[in-house]
Amino acid sequence: MLGLSTPSGFIKVSKLVSPWLWTACVLLIGAGLYFALFVSPADYQQGQTVRIMYIHVPSAWLGMFGYSVMALASAAGLVWKNPLADLVAKASAPIGASFTFLCLATGSLWGKPMWGTWWAWDARLTSMLILLFLYFGYIALQNAFDDPGRGARAAAILALAGFVNVPVIKFSVDWWKTLHQPASLMKMSGPALHPSMLTPLLLMVSGFTCFFVAVLIVRVRTEILAAKIRALRLSEIHAAQGSGVAG
Amino acid sequence: MDAVTTFFEMGGYARFVWPAYGLVSVVALGLLVMSLRGLRCRQKELAALQERLPGRRGRVWE
Repeated sequence: MLGLSTPSGFIKVSKLVSPWLWTACVLLIGAGLYFALFVSPADYQQGQTVRIMYIHVPSAWLGMFGYSVMALASAAGLVWKNPLADLVAKASAPIGASFTFLCLATGSLWGKPMWGTWWAWDARLTSMLILLFLYFGYIALQNAFDDPGRGARAAAILALAGFVNVPVIKFSVDWWKTLHQPASLMKMSGPALHPSMLTPLLLMVSGFTCFFVAVLIVRVRTEILAAKIRALRLSEIHAAQGSGVAG
Repeated sequence: MDAVTTFFEMGGYARFVWPAYGLVSVVALGLLVMSLRGLRCRQKELAALQERLPGRRGRVWE
């Protein structure tokens, strides 16, 4: 696919795409913020706190999207032994973890005035917290090996095993009685939101997604450079050992 | 002036709405800055290595 599976191909395509991604990100989030803070109405039940939704929902989406990218890339790394896939998985983890944390924190700030509590051991909240711990476990496991290849393989298996949590989060509001409101965006019958609230939400979700992909590209490029540095260092050591034997 | 005050008061929920927006901005920008800094760091490191080891490009896969 456009030579995307090789590092040089990836860098070539990413340099082409990045400026457009950043432009789209700024425009979408700018418009999203305008609609979210100035145009959209207050909720008849939740008042002005509903404005937290416009950052809470995109954060939750990126938390799960980031994990899905990580799990898919891990699977590709395990099956096709493609090192670039391992790097994509590794680069995705800190971004996904950050947004999972933001989802929990903004949810807490929304929960206090609306539910009367910062936290509840509710199915949706607990499964989201488990997602954050899975990210932590993945990052820790990856760094627990001296050989980056072995670290990537071990972490990939954790990422795949933990993927079962993603549908659990999605359907937690249907499977269990929870404080959290049910799905209103991704429903079979279409979104249950008024256009005045749906517009800013979709703008923010798209803007956040552009941000995720743009930062992911920066981090994958960093990982490619790190691999090159490792290869150079190794060749330097081999050359030194070789001349030592010869001399 | 009144409209501005009303806006920032957020119907009495200012202490929940604004920290939420502030936290998201700080974490997202922090993530961006750290990622860019990491990239610059590696670029410099690689350039220094390539200068020391001329003729080697550090090809990994491909």
